[in-house]
Amino acid sequence: MTRRIGLHLLLICLAAAAILPFLWLVCAAFKTPADLLNSTLLPWHHLDRLTLNNFRLLGDRPFGRWLVNSIFLASAHTVLVVTLGSLGGFALAKYQFAGKGPITLIMLATLLMPPQVLLPGSYELMYRLHWLDSYLAIIVPGAVSVFGIFLFRQAMLGVPDELLQCGRLDGCSELRIWWDIALPVVRPMIGAYTLLSFLTEWNSFLWPQIVLQTESKYTLPIGLNGLTGLPEYQHNYGIVMAATLMSIVPVIVLFFALQRDFISGLSSGAVKG
Amino acid sequence: MNRDRWWKIQTRAAPYLFVSPFLIIFCLFLLYPLARSLDLSFHKTFGPRHVVFTGWSNYRFLLGHDVLFGLAVLNTAIYTVAFVAIGIPLSLGLAVLLNSRGVRLRNLFRFSFFSSYLVGQVFVGVIFFQLFSPDGLVNQFIGTILGHRVVIPWLSSPAMAMPSILIASLWLATGYGMVYFLAALQAVDPELYEAAEIDGAGAWAKFFHVTLPDLRPMLLYMVLIGTIGGFQLFELPFVLLQGAGPDGRGLTIVMYLFIAGFGAGDLGYASAIGWMLVAILLIVSLARFRLFKREIGA
Repeated sequence: MTRRIGLHLLLICLAAAAILPFLWLVCAAFKTPADLLNSTLLPWHHLDRLTLNNFRLLGDRPFGRWLVNSIFLASAHTVLVVTLGSLGGFALAKYQFAGKGPITLIMLATLLMPPQVLLPGSYELMYRLHWLDSYLAIIVPGAVSVFGIFLFRQAMLGVPDELLQCGRLDGCSELRIWWDIALPVVRPMIGAYTLLSFLTEWNSFLWPQIVLQTESKYTLPIGLNGLTGLPEYQHNYGIVMAATLMSIVPVIVLFFALQRDFISGLSSGAVKG
Repeated sequence: MNRDRWWKIQTRAAPYLFVSPFLIIFCLFLLYPLARSLDLSFHKTFGPRHVVFTGWSNYRFLLGHDVLFGLAVLNTAIYTVAFVAIGIPLSLGLAVLLNSRGVRLRNLFRFSFFSSYLVGQVFVGVIFFQLFSPDGLVNQFIGTILGHRVVIPWLSSPAMAMPSILIASLWLATGYGMVYFLAALQAVDPELYEAAEIDGAGAWAKFFHVTLPDLRPMLLYMVLIGTIGGFQLFELPFVLLQGAGPDGRGLTIVMYLFIAGFGAGDLGYASAIGWMLVAILLIVSLARFRLFKREIGA
């Protein structure tokens, strides 16, 4: 019995340590500049001093634009990688066609490459296409994920051929078979992969930082990195924390709602792989 | 008759139509830049407009003369070794604790540990930039324990730059590793534990003789992705130290690639740095692969 209580106390302490930076962030976002200096978490004796002012001041920066840009880019990225990845993965898993072997091999080989090695070549290409400072530079190259197509290939290998054959006998076109039979069977994996793709693009920094130049086109990570370095926010950082809070709350809420699917999808893939 | 022919054609063409959107973008925006980066690495460039062929000189300079590149490799290697050596035992330890019999609210604990993984490196950098400030939360916490005010210059002293990066990065990633280990732990056959108990094994003996051997594939996997991820470190130190940090102690390989290519404008040199990273990761993967083969052979 004491062992169980001890175990739970230990877990609570560790969880508190893990959550403390979040708690501090939430508190800082609602504090006045004076309270940022004087109180660690909250000004307990003057809770009435907590303010929404930091959030209001975000209006002076194009923060709203960055938020909208991030939502747009992450959504577009997710829709594209899931669509193209599931179509391609379906073809690789369930059809025989000329060139399938070499294609699979080349794709697998690129998985070994650190993506950063592409940056100079991609940048030059974007320059030639006049896509610098345009969302095309982010959306189009980001529309395919080799990791994604293999994830779909693995999942769709498990779809029974009889099921597909039944569809064909019922007069379904191949596209209908993909949409109505294959996709529903792999739905749990799609859920996890959708969330992962959204998160990846939401947090993406290096490539957008390289191609985006106009401040109003920035995404949240780029905008926030810029704010952090500004001397005027060195001590008066409540505004930066309000912006950070608004940048991470959407994904945390999304994941808390869907954590069952996500965590089981994530780790089941790992054990098999 | 006509309908039959159309039907045959759509069946035949389907796989090509399905895979071609992916394949076209893959070739144009992944394979081509990859090849072009290799080509560029033998050139010196001033922005994308002026490109001069220079042969192996980028690589010769990187390996023979470039002190900054040496520093970047050293920093990145130190970070990776420390991250793997500290992070994996931490993740495994948390998973074992959480997997103990009779833990209440397991999902809530799991989410508390995991949630920091959802925060991108940039946002973690922004948060810890303040937590590590001279009178920030970390110094206040240490001060409370010691009973007097401490001012550790976490982000401005060369000696503390790497520990700061590691702490922030461990906060970010430990829960992620824990989720994997927890799944692996739950997949261990309970009969193995029962057998060990019958043989009189205690908790430690069970951990070392049943759990660890069973987790070996997962451990190797985590070391591999930890190493690969470690060598690609960029955003966290870039934001946390607002650049390379004091004495360049936060300079990583990818950060150096970024600075050379997109700060100084030499895409050729940046490409050469990128291919050095490819070489390093290949060596690491090969070493791991041989190790793994020995394990299986044994």
